[in-house]
Amino acid sequence: MTLLLVEQFLNGLQIGLLLFLLAAGLTLVFGIMDLVNLAHGSLYMMGAFFAAVLTEWTGSFLIGALLALPATALLGIVTEVIALRNLYTRDHLDHVLATFGLILFFNELARVLFGVGGMAIPLPESLLTHFEVIPGLPYPTYRFLIILVGLLCAGFLYFLVQRTRLGMLIRAGATNREMVGALGVDIKLLFTLVFGLGSALAALAGLMAAPITTVQIGMGDNILILALVVIVIGGIGSIRGAFIAAVMIGLVDTMGRAFLPNMLGTVLSPADAGTVAEALSSMLIYILMAGVLILRPAGLFPAPGR
Amino acid sequence: MSQLPLLRLKSPVTTLVGSALVILLGLVPVAATLLDDPFMLTLFTRVVIMAIAAVSLNLILGYGGMVSFGHAAYIGIGGYAVGILAHHGINEAWIQWPVALIGSGLAALLIGLLSLRTKGIFFIMLTLALAQLVYYLGNGAYAYGGDDGLTILQRSDFGGLIDLSDKETLFYLCWVLLVLTLWLTYRIVNARFGMVLQGAKSNDRRMATLGFPVFRYRLTAFVIAGTMCGLAGILTATYTDFISPAMMHWTRSGDLIVMVVLGGMGSLFGPLFGAVTFLLLEEILSSWTEYWKIVFGPILLLVVLFARGGIDGAMVRGAAGYALTGLVTLFLMYIVHYLWYDDWVPTAVVLTGAVMVITAIWYRQRKTGGRHG
Repeated sequence: MTLLLVEQFLNGLQIGLLLFLLAAGLTLVFGIMDLVNLAHGSLYMMGAFFAAVLTEWTGSFLIGALLALPATALLGIVTEVIALRNLYTRDHLDHVLATFGLILFFNELARVLFGVGGMAIPLPESLLTHFEVIPGLPYPTYRFLIILVGLLCAGFLYFLVQRTRLGMLIRAGATNREMVGALGVDIKLLFTLVFGLGSALAALAGLMAAPITTVQIGMGDNILILALVVIVIGGIGSIRGAFIAAVMIGLVDTMGRAFLPNMLGTVLSPADAGTVAEALSSMLIYILMAGVLILRPAGLFPAPGR
Repeated sequence: MSQLPLLRLKSPVTTLVGSALVILLGLVPVAATLLDDPFMLTLFTRVVIMAIAAVSLNLILGYGGMVSFGHAAYIGIGGYAVGILAHHGINEAWIQWPVALIGSGLAALLIGLLSLRTKGIFFIMLTLALAQLVYYLGNGAYAYGGDDGLTILQRSDFGGLIDLSDKETLFYLCWVLLVLTLWLTYRIVNARFGMVLQGAKSNDRRMATLGFPVFRYRLTAFVIAGTMCGLAGILTATYTDFISPAMMHWTRSGDLIVMVVLGGMGSLFGPLFGAVTFLLLEEILSSWTEYWKIVFGPILLLVVLFARGGIDGAMVRGAAGYALTGLVTLFLMYIVHYLWYDDWVPTAVVLTGAVMVITAIWYRQRKTGGRHG
């Protein structure tokens, strides 16, 4: 039981950290530019597809992944310059609508470029092994790697946002955009840079999730909603909030999926219990969000000045 | 939120074109019989049903300024009420329909009570989250098919008065309900209640200072809209003989917002224009190529960038010519498509998408040239 608990905790942490990578970019874009970017999930998907194709070409997952990051960042920057830049002064409804259009576009583009069937990213042999976290509990090395990369990224973002000049501008931008612009900072460039960074983070989440699931059209649509839930719970513009909320949601979702079927199994048949448990644990996330918003309408860690 | 003028339904052009469109829709069964094309009737039944849903969303989104991103939930609730009752052998419409309407109204009451306390993006996200709850409820309802959905074996029984299994009768029922929905919306937004609602959209603090309980007004509008959308749900379940969680997936809610904004928010006939344009474009583009969304996505983006106020806005701004040309082109496209069913190469479609993106760049440079956004 303890072993199962530890294993599920690690799984939850892993999903939570993937969510964090996606949500971090989203919350930065949202916090600084006040832009609701539904197409963030599409960048997640495109990142995974790029990685899949590049892995196939180069024969190495590592090189493919490292090339996919700048490729997606570039795609994000192009999207920002062409389409999204005009939307900053508009209201949220326009953002939702325009980026909804972008989702449709990217999904179809992926279908045209990469085919309907989706792709798989095979892992190198060295990552297919297991690793004993605590005695008696072998855990897949790759999943462990995801946790490690996620934590490293969280640390890197913390350093970037809290300790560097760029991070200072990002924080200042989230608090008062006009003032930062008035002080002579090239806000446009800052926006574009942050958007590129967010895209790269989304791609990182996508390509790391890809070997576990598969790379497919629309893979970003559902996780995008989860990432939105994360940034709303965490407080818009707050990296720290996004981190805590993402891990919280990852744990709730995984624990629900792992333990609810057994609990329900006492009253329902196993197959039915599975169906109900899956729906219930998905619902738990939204109940959590509704609860947080009703108690704290601006999320757990709202950026100051908003 | 938005600075669009109130009560744009007074615009004669819109009213004229809108009424003409309603009458034209009423003539669809005649055309379908003349052309011997039953599919046309099926398509336009869907158009009319989605128009009802879009009109209901417009009441809160367009007139009330409440961006509900979970409106498809009520389509699901209305549909599931009919489907579940039919599954248990209760086919009487006088039980099914009231249960479905009251069910969606109650759901709207609950969702509204929780979400209307928040504003802006938090409202958008909370309505989305609560609609997702309903979606997963449908997913987990294993007794009613869960993820796979449920087939409705027998349509609602009006005691022999209305025969819903007849396609034309069903179409006319939907059409009459659309007209009723439009009429009801017209009465609501021009009544004192509607004025308060629109006032609260422009400035809710001022309305509160004037002594209006804004929250209660908004909640009432929210419940009315939810109930009307439940009606669309009943009709959807009836004409597809099928319910599934997919009918309340969040992208369906997105589609509804698209219809309302494309047609023109806060205009009586706007959502009707939007629903007709959306579904006909979908029909035409998807028959040309399976990759139709690669064109449709950029179209949406362009509508947001260029055509503020949607089709209705274009008419009101005096660009009636463009709007009419657009609508006429659309119908011509449909006719051409109908006469010469042909497969277009996807590359041509991709090119069209590229041209649109280039137009967007050109527009951006012309608009922002040298100025800091």
